[in-house]
Amino acid sequence: MGKSADYTKYDDELYQVALLKNNEIAPGVYVLSLPRLHDFKAGQVVKIGLPEGEPPRMYSICSGEKEDELKILFNVKGGGWLTPRLAKLQPGDSILVSEPMGDFTGDDKPAWWVASGTGIAPFYSMFKSGLGSNKTVVHGGRYLQNFYFEDEFMPELKDQYVRCCSQEKGGDVYHGRLTHFLEDQDNLPKDQKFYLCGSPEMVVETRDLLIRKGIPYGNIVAEIYF
Amino acid sequence: MEKERLFGKTLDELKAVAAQVGLPKFAAKQMADWLYKKDIRSIDEMTNLSVKGREALKEFYEFGLTEPTKVQASIDGTKKYLFPTDHAKFIETAMIPENDRKTVCVSSQVGCKMGCLFCMTGKQGFQGQLTAGEIVNQIRSIEENGEVSNIVYMGMGEPFDNLDNVLKSVEILTSDWGYAMSPKRITVSTIGIIPAMKKFLETSTAHLAVSLHSPFDEERKQLMPIQTAYPIQKVLDEIKSWEFGRQRRVSFEYIMFGGLNDTPAHAKELARILNGIKCRINLIRFHPIPDTPLKSSDEETLQSFKDLLNSKGILTTIRASRGQDIYAACGLLSTKALVKKEEEPDY
Repeated sequence: MGKSADYTKYDDELYQVALLKNNEIAPGVYVLSLPRLHDFKAGQVVKIGLPEGEPPRMYSICSGEKEDELKILFNVKGGGWLTPRLAKLQPGDSILVSEPMGDFTGDDKPAWWVASGTGIAPFYSMFKSGLGSNKTVVHGGRYLQNFYFEDEFMPELKDQYVRCCSQEKGGDVYHGRLTHFLEDQDNLPKDQKFYLCGSPEMVVETRDLLIRKGIPYGNIVAEIYF
Repeated sequence: MEKERLFGKTLDELKAVAAQVGLPKFAAKQMADWLYKKDIRSIDEMTNLSVKGREALKEFYEFGLTEPTKVQASIDGTKKYLFPTDHAKFIETAMIPENDRKTVCVSSQVGCKMGCLFCMTGKQGFQGQLTAGEIVNQIRSIEENGEVSNIVYMGMGEPFDNLDNVLKSVEILTSDWGYAMSPKRITVSTIGIIPAMKKFLETSTAHLAVSLHSPFDEERKQLMPIQTAYPIQKVLDEIKSWEFGRQRRVSFEYIMFGGLNDTPAHAKELARILNGIKCRINLIRFHPIPDTPLKSSDEETLQSFKDLLNSKGILTTIRASRGQDIYAACGLLSTKALVKKEEEPDY
């Protein structure tokens, strides 16, 4: 947990902290590390912004509940204001962060975690918080480099970790969209929850598909990027 | 060079345009008159600007109106307009006549990011933000231009996910230099994006409508993913810190889903969470969409739900379904069939 000396109150909802690390983990995809100021539940979001900048935006926390650092996964959006600037931050630079919020949170029951792109962040946080053992993780991406945390998911989840790559073929990666993979599954469990996180298009298409395959909509929980 | 559109610019922006092209400062007000008060369609018709000034304007700008490419008419008089936007995208606008009123339901985005389970627009995903000009054009370029009495931002998209352009469009509609409409004739709807809602309430005096649809957190989360980020209770806490009444109204939209959110327990919980807010509830019949597991409440349930809320002191009405035969009714607007894939999706 960060010490009070690590941060100052910026306004009613934001704290100003010094960035610890900024790692580019794939082309245009970064992980920011900040001092952790508050306890949070895996799956929650924080608002991230820059001093004197445009209004902050929400990002899922991408680190475990017990880790010392709070991490944020993001990709640079062309034409965006915030992400190109975040990508250029250096350790020690000031960044604004809110208290954790939101309740896209999981539990220890068996469930499916379905993500596209950086939508894997809340599930990685849940995984790093010890909630991964009975989960099936389906992660969709355009390219093989988009499976950011495969080295950690694979050894633990084995066959329960499915990478769906729409634009490249590789090894035991499913070649195609995650919606095609789910469409091909005959026995999706109707009594488990399906958590969806990613682009609105993925969330809406996957939700419709799951409902068509008999999953009660009450078992589908979605978080969208906006 | 692609020319910028003058239509959709605020007076301040027009002042900057005047300065850029060497027109006197007062020309900004003249341009606003031509753009928003007179029925012209080209810079050449702005006859109180000098010829030289008009030529200078035309070098960088165009007037900026867009005609609808399709109009459909319902048997109940409702019309649905299809407008192209920049980059070959499309939006829909509904015009709903009722007695001596003509209400236009405008879109604020191409598609929507919010992914509500019951909404046809959400099924097409998000293709882009509308500019203020594209929003106001939906009033200016319809056959009923000049007869519009009310405007509701309840078409495609979440207005508070495009707040700057929505606020600009409201400024154009309500300013003396613009359409000079009363803000009381404008209602902006939201699913409850709190920071944007706060800014809207600080900036504008137009009415606010909030899509509620369930008073219970878990149930609302299944219907509306936004609930995970902005729970309805926090939305209501924010609303309670503002004054609503005759000058500015807040209403809550509530789609009635059969066997889901239409029980007496829902009505009682609604009354409880809305306690302390001077508001009105609009009950809306659900219009089924493809692949939805939801169904509409029957008329008897709708009526008794309304009566129960009224008996608890909350003014509640049932909104008439309009334009259902042309897919112009609430939750049915969509241009999904016209969406051109620009990029392979990330899943």
